[in-house]
Parts: sequence; C-alpha cells; structure tokens
Amino acid sequence: MSETALNTLQQRSFFLRNPSVLVFLAILSLLTLGATLMSEAFGIGLLSTSFIKTLGKTLCLCLIAIAMDLVWGYCGILSLGHFAFFGLGGYMIGMWLMYERTKDIVVESLAGQALPPTPEEIRDAIGTQIFGVVGGSEIPAIWYFADSLAVQLAFVVLVPGVLALGFGWLAFRSRVTGVYLSILTQAMTLALSLYLFQNDSGLRGNNGLSGLQNIPGLTLVPQAVISVWFLWASALALGLGYLLAAWVVSGKFGNVIRGIRDDEPRVRFLGYPVETYKLFIFTLTAVIAGIAGALYYPQAGIINPAELAPIASIFLAVWVAIGGRGRLYGAVIGAALVSLLSSAFTGGQVPDIPLGFATIQWVDWWTVLLGFGFVLVTLFAPQGIGGLVDQLVRKGDR
Amino acid sequence: MGALLEVSGVSVSFDGFKAINNLSFSIDTGELRAVIGPNGAGKTTFMDIVTGKTRPDSGKVEWGRPGRDLLRLSESQIARLGIGRKFQRPTVFVTQTVQDNLLMALKKDRDPLSALFYRADAVDLGKVEELAVEIGLQEHLPRLAGELSHGQKQWLEIGMLLAQDPQLLLVDEPAAGMTPAEREHTTDLLKRAAQTRAVVVVEHDMEFVRRLGCKVTVLHEGAVLAEGSLDAVTSNQDVIDVYLGR
Amino acid sequence: MRLLILCLLSASIFLTIRQPVALANDLQPVLQENASVIERPSRQTAGIAIEALFASGAAGVTHFLAQWRDKQVWRTKEDGIFYFGPDARGDIELVDIDTGESAGTVSSRDLVQVKPNSGVRAVIDAALVRFQLSDPDPTVRAVALDTLERSADASQLIPLRASIQEETDPDLRSRKERLEGLLIISYGQSAEERIAAMERFKGDTGIDVRAAINPLLATRLEVAKSLPGDKNVARTLVPGRDIDLDVAYAMLVDADFAPAPVTRADRNAALVSHAADGRIGAILLETLNTEAARDAAYQSLAETGKVPPTVGAEERGSLLANHVFYEVYAEPDRAVTAAAVGTLNSINRAVDLNQLADLALDALSLASIYFLAAIGLAITFGVMGVINMAHGEFIMMGAYTGYVVQQFISNYTVSILVALPLAFAVTFAAGVLLERLVIRHLMHRPLETLLATFGVSIALQQLAKNIFGTQARPLTAPEWLDGSLAFNDIVSISYIRIAIFVLAVIFFLLLLFILKRTRLGLEVRAVTQNPSMASSMGINPDRINMLTFGLGSGIAGIAGVAIGLFAQVTSELGANYIVQSFMTVVVGGVGNIWGTLAGAGMIGSLQKIIEWFNPSNTLAAQTYMIMFVIIFIQFRPKGIIALKGRAAGD
Repeated sequence: MSETALNTLQQRSFFLRNPSVLVFLAILSLLTLGATLMSEAFGIGLLSTSFIKTLGKTLCLCLIAIAMDLVWGYCGILSLGHFAFFGLGGYMIGMWLMYERTKDIVVESLAGQALPPTPEEIRDAIGTQIFGVVGGSEIPAIWYFADSLAVQLAFVVLVPGVLALGFGWLAFRSRVTGVYLSILTQAMTLALSLYLFQNDSGLRGNNGLSGLQNIPGLTLVPQAVISVWFLWASALALGLGYLLAAWVVSGKFGNVIRGIRDDEPRVRFLGYPVETYKLFIFTLTAVIAGIAGALYYPQAGIINPAELAPIASIFLAVWVAIGGRGRLYGAVIGAALVSLLSSAFTGGQVPDIPLGFATIQWVDWWTVLLGFGFVLVTLFAPQGIGGLVDQLVRKGDR
Repeated sequence: MGALLEVSGVSVSFDGFKAINNLSFSIDTGELRAVIGPNGAGKTTFMDIVTGKTRPDSGKVEWGRPGRDLLRLSESQIARLGIGRKFQRPTVFVTQTVQDNLLMALKKDRDPLSALFYRADAVDLGKVEELAVEIGLQEHLPRLAGELSHGQKQWLEIGMLLAQDPQLLLVDEPAAGMTPAEREHTTDLLKRAAQTRAVVVVEHDMEFVRRLGCKVTVLHEGAVLAEGSLDAVTSNQDVIDVYLGR
Repeated sequence: MRLLILCLLSASIFLTIRQPVALANDLQPVLQENASVIERPSRQTAGIAIEALFASGAAGVTHFLAQWRDKQVWRTKEDGIFYFGPDARGDIELVDIDTGESAGTVSSRDLVQVKPNSGVRAVIDAALVRFQLSDPDPTVRAVALDTLERSADASQLIPLRASIQEETDPDLRSRKERLEGLLIISYGQSAEERIAAMERFKGDTGIDVRAAINPLLATRLEVAKSLPGDKNVARTLVPGRDIDLDVAYAMLVDADFAPAPVTRADRNAALVSHAADGRIGAILLETLNTEAARDAAYQSLAETGKVPPTVGAEERGSLLANHVFYEVYAEPDRAVTAAAVGTLNSINRAVDLNQLADLALDALSLASIYFLAAIGLAITFGVMGVINMAHGEFIMMGAYTGYVVQQFISNYTVSILVALPLAFAVTFAAGVLLERLVIRHLMHRPLETLLATFGVSIALQQLAKNIFGTQARPLTAPEWLDGSLAFNDIVSISYIRIAIFVLAVIFFLLLLFILKRTRLGLEVRAVTQNPSMASSMGINPDRINMLTFGLGSGIAGIAGVAIGLFAQVTSELGANYIVQSFMTVVVGGVGNIWGTLAGAGMIGSLQKIIEWFNPSNTLAAQTYMIMFVIIFIQFRPKGIIALKGRAAGD
C-alpha cells in the first residue's frame, strides 16, 4: 500500500471513529450558508447586520469554549485565564486595525497641505490621534510593528502562546495543581487586566482600542458585507478548531491527557512527562483562544481591559460546564446557548414579568437566574447538557 | 552480575519523624525479592524514594552499571529508565478501555508530539493482545477499565507495568483484597515476570510471600532488620520481637 | 491687658476715670482724623490707619480693632460719629466708643455700617495678634499663636520675643520659642543668628520647619560665559545630563548667546513661503516628502541668503560647551544656604525614617484587613479543601448588614456594636446554608465546588445590586473613631484602622484559642490532617465541615463591617478583596492560622512597599504584587508555612 493510500485510510478512519465531527461540520456549514442567504448583503435581508455579527461573535466564543474544554474538560486544568489570551489576540489584531485605519485618516487630512507629508509627520499625527486620549503623542515601542498585518497576525498567535508557555512553565514545574492553579491563573488574568487599565500600558488604558470594525483599505465595503465575511472566517476557524481538537483527543495523546485529568501520578509513573503535556495543551489552547479573540473583536468593534477581567474567564468555565465538559460539542452548545441567552435577556429581547407588586426585569434578574441555575446544573447535571444528550443517545442504542 | 539498584545510607524524615533511617538495600538484575515489615516500617516511603516521589534528606540511590544517580531525576524520567511501580490500591484509567490502558503503557516514545501522531498499528495491537492473554483479560479488551472487578483491575495494572517493559518492578501489596484464586493467579504473574526482570514485592501476607519463594528483606523503623530466606528471617529473634512485640 | 497699659498707654493715668467730656486720649477724635479710611479701607490703607491709631496713644484701640473686624462699628450719617453696635438690621443699639455707655437706639437706615472686607480683616487680625500674644487668657494666646503660625511676617518677631519672657504656660512658651526660631530663619537680622536658628531645627520633621527653610534654597537657572564668582551658586549643570539639550539651547537663545534655531515648523513655513508654481527654485514640492529632502531644500535657500541659516549640530554643540549652566540661590549668603542644606539633609534623613515607620503602620493596617478577609477562606480551604468563591459576597453581606442596622439604630456606637454580632450571625447562617445545600454534595470535587460557589457569588452580587441599588451606601463609624492618632507630621494612623487592627488581633487570638484549646478545635485539626481517620475516631466530619464553614463565613461578615467603615458599601465590595484574600491564603499556606497571618503580613507590606516606590499608580502596584506571588509560588508551592508529610496530601 502506498503511503498516501495509508494516510487516506487513516483519515477516513478518523472520521469513521468520530462521526460527530462530520455532523458538527455539516451543521456549521448549513448554519453559515443559511445565515448568508438570509443576510442583508448576500440574501433576502431577513437577518440584520448586527445579528450576523452576533452570530459571528458567538462562533468565536464557541471556538474559545473548545479550547477551554480541551484544557479543562480533557486535561483537568481549570484555567481561569483563557479569556486573557482571547483578549490579547484581540489587542494584537486591534493594534493593526487601529493603526492602519488612523493612518488612512491622517494621510487624507494631511493631503491638503502645501508640502507633501513626511513619514515622521504622519507618525506624529497618528500618535496624537491614537494616544491623545491618554495624554500622550508618542507611539509606544510595542506598536513598532503595528503597520504590518503579517507581524501582528503572528503576534495573535505568539503573544498568547508565549505568555501561556512562560506562565505554564512556572506553574506546572512547581507542581501547582487543582484549585491552587485555578487561583494562580485568575491572578494572572487580574494582573494583566490591571496592567492594561493603566494609561501608560501603551494600549490606551481603560479606553481600549476602538473602531475595529473598520477594515483599513476597505472603507468602501459596507459593514453588511464585512459582517458576512467575518461570519465565514469565524465559521472556518471554528470548523478547523473543532477538527483539530477532535483529532488531538482521539488518539493516544487524548488518552494521556484524560489520564492526567483522572490520575496524574499514575501517568507520571508510566513515564510520561506530565508537565510537558500540560504545558503543550495549555499553550495550544491559549493560541486557539488568541485566534478566536482576533476574530471576535473586529466584529465587536471595541476592546478594553474590562473584557479581560477574571470574571469573563470564569464565565467561560460556566459555559463549558453547562454544555458538558469532556465533550467538544458540549462546549459548543454551552457557549452558544448561554451567550445567546445572556445577550437576549440582558438586551431586553425577553419581555419582563409583571408580578403585580413588582416587575421582574430581566436586565436585573438574569444574572441571578444564571448564577443559581448554574449551581443547580453543577449539583444535578454535573455532565451538563452534553451528558443529557449522551444519556438519550445511549438509551436509543439499547 | 552487578546490582541493578543500589540504595545506600538513605534517610528521610517528616516533621521530625524518621520514616527512613540510614537504609541500605540492593537488588540484582532478574531477582525476585519480597519486602515485609510492620506498619510504618517505611515500605511505601522506600518505594516513593526509588521512584522519585519523595526526595531523601541524605543518602544515595543508584541505578545500573555504571551507577546512575536517581535522586536527580523526575518520576517520569525514572519510569522511562525502566522502573515500573504498582500502587497499593489499583490505579487504572477507569474512563478508558482496557485496550487503551495497555496501549498507553506500551513502551514507546513518551513525548507529546510522538503521542499526538501515534496511531496503533497491527504490531502494537498484537502486543496488547498478548499481554491481555497473559493477565487473563483478553475477553475484556474493549470494556471500560472502570467496569472491571477489583482483582481484574490489579491484573490490568500489572499488565500495564509489563507493557512498560521495565527492568525493575516495584509492586505494593498486590494481593490485598483478593480472593484465594485471584491470589494464586497474581503469584504466578509475578513469578513469570521475575524470569525476565527484577521484581520487588512489598507484602504483609506471609502466605503470599512463602508462595513467591524468594529472598526476603524485613524493614523496621525505616531500616533493614534482617535479610535472607523466609525461613531464616522468621526464625530471627529480632524479627519475632518486632512482629510479636517485646 | 497689662502689656496694653505698659506699651501703649503708659502715659494714660486717666484710664480708669470715666468722664463724659472728651479727653486727650479719647479714641473718637483719632477715628475722625482717619474716618474715610476706616469706613472704606483697603489692605494698604488699613495698615496705615491702624498704625495711626496706635501712634495716637488713645485708649481702647485693641477693643476697637476687634469690633471693627467683627463688623460691629457703625457711623451716623448725620454727624459721622463712630459707635459700637451689633452686626444686624433694623434698630441698632449704639454704644459710645470711649465711655462704653449706651448712646440710644437708632434705625440702621440712618447709619452706615463699617464692613471691612476679608483682606482688611486679615490685616486687622495681624495687628491684633501682637497684643493677644500677651493676653492673660491662655486660650486667647493659643489662638493668637495659631494665627501667627499660619501667617507670620518679619514685623511679628519683636512682639513675639517680648511675649516669650512673661509666658507662664510651658506648652505655649515652647511653641512661641519654636515660632521665634522659624521667624529668625526667615527674617533674622544677621547670618549668624539665622544659622544658629537652623542648627536648632536639625532632624526636626515638622512641616513648618521645611516650609521656613525651603524658600532659602529656592534656585534660579542661569547661563553665562563663565561661572560668576559673586553669586551664590548651588550647582552647575551639564547639558544632556542634568538639563535637556533643547532647553539649554533655548536658554542660550534667550540670553542672546546663540542664534535662534530653525524649528521644523519654521523650516516648513519658510519652504512654503518661498514656493512658487509648485517648486522652490529647481526643486519640485512633491519631492519634499521626507525630512532629509526638506532639510536639503532649506539649505539651498539658506545658501542664497533668503532665509537665516540653520544652526548645525557641531555649532550647537560648541555653543553649549562654551557656556556654563548653573543654578543660583535666591539667598545671597553662602553660609546661610550651606547651613540650610545641612539642616535640610538631617531633616530629610529623619523624614525618611519616619516615613518608613508610617509605611510600616500602613502595611500593618492593610495586613489586618487582609487577615480578616482571608482567615475565613483559609480555614474552610484547610479543613475542606474547597475554595469558596462566594467568600467575597459574604464580606459584602456583612457590610450591608451594618448598613441596614444603621437604618434602625441611629446611635453609631450602638449600631456598630449590634452590627458586628449580627453580621456574624447572618453570614454564619448563609455559610451553613451554602455548605448544606451545595458544598456537601460536591465533596471531593474541589474544582466543581469552586465553580458552583462562583455561581452563588454572581447571583448574590446581582441580588445585592437589585436590592440596594448600584450607588454606594455609607456605613458610618462612631464619632470616637473619627480622626487619627498622629505621632508627628509624618507618622499617623486613623483610629478606624487601629480598631480594625485590634479586631484582627482579637480574632487571631480567638481562633488560636478555639483551634488549640477547645474540643471543636481538636476535631477541626483532626479533620484537616486526616478526614477518614478522624471519622473513624468518632468525629462527625459533616458537622465539623458545617461549623467550620459557618465560622469562616461568619468572620467574613465581621470583616465586611470593618471594611465598610472605611470603604463605601457596594455590591462589589467583597469582589475587590477576594483575589487579595486568595493570594494571602496561597502565600501563607493552607490549614494554619499562623500561615494566614504570615501571608497577610507579606501581601500587605508588599503592596505598601510597591506603592511607596510608585505612589501614583496603585494599579501597577497590584500588578507587580500578583506577579511576585506567582514567582513566590515557584519557590514555596505550599506557602510560607507548609504542612509536611502525609498530612499535606499528595
């Protein structure tokens, strides 16, 4: 048998062994296609541009939920820091978007001068434009590559990756596990978000980066079209991420990290370098989170340090827990369901309930419901929605 | 033949309590050895030290010829050198199948990338099948390890140790909680294993030790009290004092 | 009054003889002489008028000045006579200025009230102070000293000196002497006198001393061809090191030592003004899109003499090198400035030491707060191995309990005394409820416990927001906790923080007692070290877990009341402390009160030390502190005080 033939066989066997992957990809494709056909730009206009953006953002959240499921559901590391990596990815792409967009505006406004602008003048004007709000005009050193899309895209992967590698190396090396590790990751997130809140962080302090929905060089393309492009990009990233995650957990590697989750010393005494595995999965998922963030924030339009606050990362864990951890589709279901419900309830799309003496306003009461609801899920359905689905499927089999 | 494992002058204490006190111990290649001793004699701590889980306060632990210092290696490095360990309670991966358990233990490159790209081929599946026959679980390969009985889990763990193909097996109370028939099977397994590699069995049960029919080391208060055949040590006055009380 | 008689009215032996006829030393005629100024004084004229009054030797000048200041002087429209009268409307009862007898009631419409503005009142005050310094009433003297300490000038040195001799009150005397010294530093006659006064204040940390000395050391930046020998030079500055090159060059330009530089803006403007038809000479304007091209174009213009030449880097460098930049003291006497520097240095050393002491106090108080916030967490973590993410919300519940209690009990002292046990009870109950309903069912699944308690945390936080609103609620401390204990101008600590420190000490000792000396403590320690062994010894771990969880939560409630006293009570109050509490537990080590104490001490002092290095930026301080904790965990993964052996659990 030739090598390619063997490879195809193995590829086929991967899908045969994981039929749910195909089902997922099919549903994702249908959803994307359907949304496109109902969009304002390419279809009948049933779905508003802002809803298309919400869909695209939700797909990105599903992607980071998959990363969270890999690191927590499969490897047992309850990281309360993955939203920080998500935010960093967003900041990295946001720097390019904001810099280039500002450059376009600045060049346009300087065009009327008697002398053609010099590069220094343009840079000074960009600096004033971007950093005037934090009382500066110098472009910080970390923006050195902001004019290069290629470098900033590399940073989307590298910055979260290197941070995760460094932090993970320190934490895993000293055998910090369990709730200790969770608290340390939470501390890392808090430190990062507090750092970004400073005006001299070089990333505009609590103003964050804004206007990210405007793609430099594409000012003439309407947002309706761009939103669909980002929906496709997000769907592609989610599909690839799901595929990668499914492939990672399907083989011996998957068994090893599940083993680490269930009985870490045993894996160690089998001769596996547990720390390296943890570091690998922690860094890989941080990179996935960074990519998800880089796709999310151009659709959200704005990123600020509050997005990186520890509570966001804990909510991520909540989504995965509600969806059912240790199952990739569980993470997707949880993230999609909870984030869509949250935006519906807090966005005023669900009618308030009048009780005569008082009115239940969902803007106020949704978080209470979510909090206590989550406690109930943990108590009575520890495997989440995915666990319930599994039970139904198994009943069907019998 | 030189010593495979040489422990010399090792001491360790926890909060002032001397768990191991100037212990010296050595085992040869292909030797079967039983370690007995009352509770708190330091049997499990001894295994922790050899496998890298506990760092001693002083002393040396050397492996093979020329002697390699085990104290500078991590647990997983020591395991990869060829020291397998079986815990007191059966520890297998209950959410994975028997086959996956054995495949994971099979001697292969242990780094993440190798594991990521590893796909079981016919040769490896054949090896796993062989091991399953050896431990009497060939019927149970596709079952989840969590569904096995207590004895079967113990055997699966021994099978996983064998799959690692270690030169030295450290087995902690393998017969605890087993039926007599299961014990017999376990004895056979260990004896067969000792034909190709060194095996150290920590055990309480004298009958079990007698059936192994090997050299016995008696530990007491973290040090070797006596060493020799079972008959020799059971007639040793010190050992009688320790076991029966003075 | 004695001084009054001695100094001003020594000639007036008729003082006690009151006669309705005008006497030589009556005030009214003098007032009439200065009538226009007294009625409409300005800061300048008032001073002259006051001097005239004193110079006249008339009786009752100080009394008049006081009344004048208090707007209790009236003048009749009809004949322009001054009278005393209350600062009021309607019918005014007038009093004769010299006799002190009633002069009848007149409608205010027929009178002009003499109302000096605040500037004039300050001038009057300053004039009065000299006399009040020798007033027989010590409180008057003290008030006068207060005024003088706020605003002293050279003219007060002599009356102050005079009053020191007869001062009987030792406190006032030392204050007067201190003030005299300060006045000598600023206004002393001879350099020797001033230097000696400065010597006296070496190592004195009072702000007033620094306020007196600092002006002596004020400097002015100057430039010259060579260092002048006749000036009191503080130091010379090297351009590029002590002074920015551009600033130094600008000074040269201002002093006409160098030609004005051509700035970018000048250059660009010159280029534009010399452009015609899109080109400058042979150069196309479009090509001027780099700095180098523009410089070259300007250079070519300069060569033709149309624009001033630029100052080359070399020329600029030699100009800077050929001049001396130096700071010169405003005080010309070298000996005085040297003494001032010496005294200031010794003061600064003392100030540094005191600041260190103040920092230690701050750290201690922060550590007390962290200890109170974290100890409950540490106990439950130690005994049950679970992290209660809702711990912060228990702190918040405690604070809100205090707030609600104050709505019913208006006496702050009583309400705090009621709130402390009530907060404990409320959060104890909440803790027991949480343990029974949630945590018990998640035994041995610490990560899920963490998440479930997080669910409780966000629900409780939102619930608090729904009930109490988002605005901050006050929890007012009793009056006797207002203010602070000041050791000197630098070292001080507020009474609330002392109270919190005392509270922390009480709870530390209480917990130590409970854990070491009671049956409950024994059982708790047993469960901490080996739960299965403990339960086989007849200890009911469920009961122990419930009680410890309640206890830990109860202390969180107490901490909430304490924190609420100095911080605003909001629904995020607890969340603001929770990560620091986690850090405290992690750093200190689990299952040990001493560990939490060490952790709180370390986190508290660390935060203060980092803030000290970078006082403007508390965000950065927290960032660095967390980074430090992450590094710290590398070296002591189990905290400062770690349990060893089997009990530690592997």
